[in-house]
Amino acid sequence: MSDELRGVVLAHGSLAQALVAAAEEISGIRDALVPVSNAGCNRPVLEERLREALEGGPALIFVDLPTGSCFVAALRAMGSVDRVRVVTGVNLTMLLDFLFHRSLPLDQAAARAGAMGVQAIAER
Amino acid sequence: MPIALCRVDDRLVHGQVVVGWGAPLRVDLIVLVDDAVRSNPWEQEIYRMAVPGGVALEFASGAEAAARLRQWATGQDRVFILTGDIATMADLVLAGDGVINRVNLGGLHDVPGRRERLRYLYLSEDEVSQLRRLEAAGIIITAQDVPTATPIAFRELLR
Repeated sequence: MSDELRGVVLAHGSLAQALVAAAEEISGIRDALVPVSNAGCNRPVLEERLREALEGGPALIFVDLPTGSCFVAALRAMGSVDRVRVVTGVNLTMLLDFLFHRSLPLDQAAARAGAMGVQAIAER
Repeated sequence: MPIALCRVDDRLVHGQVVVGWGAPLRVDLIVLVDDAVRSNPWEQEIYRMAVPGGVALEFASGAEAAARLRQWATGQDRVFILTGDIATMADLVLAGDGVINRVNLGGLHDVPGRRERLRYLYLSEDEVSQLRRLEAAGIIITAQDVPTATPIAFRELLR
């Protein structure tokens, strides 16, 4: 089993699938990110989807909104699954950076992802 | 101030609630009426983190909510009452004796025993019976997932 971190992108509608597809296309790195959508599911079903996606080692959960069902499911997972951290406000920049820094310790990877995501937002 | 919205949604506090409805209704307070969450501080902490700044979140059991309903309906805050199931909402509506006159069905998902009525709304026969009871008491029941959608009358769901 690889020691590298895995990323789970948890978002509303088809956003997670689109972000993962874009990140894979740009980076060429496949199978390091798992998309999970909340579409059409209640809380237990969403949490089960997330649990399945988290199987297989330490992972960072990238959530779209800092509110809502995805965020709630991610927080629950963080409280019940070992070696999971949550970062909100997912964007493509943070995903791409994460793909190339998956060997970092989990806490450092989470902090870096948050910082990279913020750094990507700029007004010109 | 009349209660801004009474909604049944099994996802409880989620995007459509806090953003979709909470923002346009300028909600001050969301009351989550759920016996299980009311007795679980860890769950409450999670939901508190999921609500945007400027919106208060309270947790109430069904009995506590029934006791405070009139207070919420006459206070200055714009209050959004949320339950995760129809039985809790039905009990609250009937206990309120006229305080609540509209119920929004926002999201009940597929579980065994329920039948699809709308993409986001599945109801069992027992739940339909409870809603009929509310309707007979004069409550206006509509299904509407987001404010920009057209509300669908309860009667339409039974066809």
